[in-house]
Amino acid sequence: MSAEVILKIAISGVLTGLVYGLMALGLSVIFGVVRVVNFAHGEMMTIAMYLVIVCFTAFGLDPLVMLVPISAVLFALGYLMQRAIINPFINRPEHSQFMLLVAVALIIVNGLLLIFGPDSQGITTSYSFDSFDLGGIIIDAGKVYAALAAIVVAAGLFAFFRLTLTGKAIRACADNYNGALVVGLNVKQLYALTFGIGAACVGAAGTMLMIVTDVTPAIGPAYTLLAFVIVITGGLGSMTGAIVGGILIGLTEALGGFFFTPSAKTMFSFAILVLVLLFRPQGIMGRKTA
Amino acid sequence: MASKTRISRRTFTAGVGAAGIVAGTAPFNIISAQGAPLKVGVLLPRSGAQAGIGQDCQRGVDITAGMLKDLKLPALQIMSADTETNVEVARARAERLINEGAQLLMGAFDSGQSTAIAQVAEQRGIPFVINIAAAPPITEQGYKFVFRNFPTAGRILADAFENQIEIFKATGNAPKTAVFMHVNDTFGSAMQKGITATLAKFPDTPYKIVETIAYDMTARDLSVEVAKAKAANAEALVMVSRLNDAILLTRELIKQRWSPKAILSMGPGWYEDQYLKTLGKFGDGPMSFVPWYDPNKKLTKALEVALAKAHPGVNLNTNHVYSFEALLVAADAYKRAGSADPKALADAIRATNIKDNVSPGPGIQFDAKGQNSALKNSAIQNRGGKLVTIAPKTASNAKPEHPMKPYNNR
Repeated sequence: MSAEVILKIAISGVLTGLVYGLMALGLSVIFGVVRVVNFAHGEMMTIAMYLVIVCFTAFGLDPLVMLVPISAVLFALGYLMQRAIINPFINRPEHSQFMLLVAVALIIVNGLLLIFGPDSQGITTSYSFDSFDLGGIIIDAGKVYAALAAIVVAAGLFAFFRLTLTGKAIRACADNYNGALVVGLNVKQLYALTFGIGAACVGAAGTMLMIVTDVTPAIGPAYTLLAFVIVITGGLGSMTGAIVGGILIGLTEALGGFFFTPSAKTMFSFAILVLVLLFRPQGIMGRKTA
Repeated sequence: MASKTRISRRTFTAGVGAAGIVAGTAPFNIISAQGAPLKVGVLLPRSGAQAGIGQDCQRGVDITAGMLKDLKLPALQIMSADTETNVEVARARAERLINEGAQLLMGAFDSGQSTAIAQVAEQRGIPFVINIAAAPPITEQGYKFVFRNFPTAGRILADAFENQIEIFKATGNAPKTAVFMHVNDTFGSAMQKGITATLAKFPDTPYKIVETIAYDMTARDLSVEVAKAKAANAEALVMVSRLNDAILLTRELIKQRWSPKAILSMGPGWYEDQYLKTLGKFGDGPMSFVPWYDPNKKLTKALEVALAKAHPGVNLNTNHVYSFEALLVAADAYKRAGSADPKALADAIRATNIKDNVSPGPGIQFDAKGQNSALKNSAIQNRGGKLVTIAPKTASNAKPEHPMKPYNNR
């Protein structure tokens, strides 16, 4: 097998992993701050994917143009969802939160099924079939654009949490809930904001994924599972971990599928997950809790 | 407390009158049942994983009423049921339809669901006409009430290789090597075994399979699979896939700049409307080897017109044709039986001899097992966003185009 082919597969895996990482970043942000595991994460992403379909088919709008507007819509959805239905469950047992979010996921899947039907739907942009030839290494142009957008969004998010007052306040809530209350932070408002930011991440990831893949209503749970694998591997609650986990899973699936059998691609990502849980339960970038 | 009931003269007269009406009309009811529409329970996967296909089969059901009227066949009263793409639900729905008065069952696209319905139909003694299901054992059980106007998996594969040999002889150009890619679900794995076994029985097949690649049906990204296939340097791609992966694979072929000389599909996906619509000019070229229809038959043209009227923009396909033909069998048998009696209906179906039909082959007849073993399968090719039939020559409307036009030259 030529080195060019292997390098091409590896680059493709990293590019896909970056978009997966952006999706998982949303889950990690929400859990890291609000301490609620969003079991409707993948399903929320399918909403963004269908928004891309609608914008593209009805108005001819390119997903790259729709990145910010769709992320904003998902932000609003996440914000309202947290305020209206998740907030009352914040202090309830975890199984109640689990049931709530699974119910939300089911409603999303069936709602999309009713509206868009069961067939897979995709878009064909002017660059859908483009690829770059870098000295014999052929790279999918759509994946490059999607990965670049994922890097920009992730960098923006890191900057937001590090450099802005609101970002620092959210981090304070995550670090010390009681302390945040004592210094007078509006924790409810910050939680809703965080859920909105997590949803915006997943909106951006969904928008970018539509450049490289199709969507069906039933695909949501698979993405939720993938996001879990990534954040647990990278470290639940760690933003860097989500990106690192995404790249690692993308790369592992690509190379594992190539050297062994493609039908067992997901087996390799689960194998990584098991290894991480065995030898570093807090995840690659996660902090060990006392 | 017991109440005392007095029968007045008026009540008595009314009672006698009512009894007279019932007695007088009873024979009429029996006669009128023969003129009433036959109650047909149509079982399809209208939700769940196969919802799209079930709904497509329903299109075939929808256009049947008008077609039967034109053919001067009795009307059918359709009783719809959703199998939810679930074997146990299919069984329960079949029971319920019979309890609600269904006199014949039709369905159910899937072999597992059809097998469950067949068991119920046989136990209850209600005829069951299968529209689509290819698993051979369904008609190997000695059932008396189960009939299938659809080729078995073995027949489909044998015809696929016969048609390929015919096509490559006609074009004078054949691929020497092929990569075989298939989904790794039950259908894909069964097809993989079947294709490997059938290929050995056709030594005239021009190509050798140099690599077999199984992939996950739910895969979101097929770039690794295509890279691996491309690295095998084969001339053709033999496929067993479904719709979503067929689209993903085609996109990857283009992006990875690999144009095989031929794409030979032995399953769904590559000829479906959604595939053609999504990929436009890049959807042209693949050949599919499938149970299809004879485009030259008179009834096919009528069915195409009816479908275009009811569902503009939808190409006639296997789902419509075989769902329609299953109901055609029911209506034809009902007319000849002159009764909705299940045994009379089953006997009439067994004696079916419909020459004016849609599917390729001499027509619709059933052997002792309830199987239409005279059915032929076709090879179709995507051309300009439409489908043309290229083999067998006796049921074709176009010549094959081979090799496929390269993707970078369209």
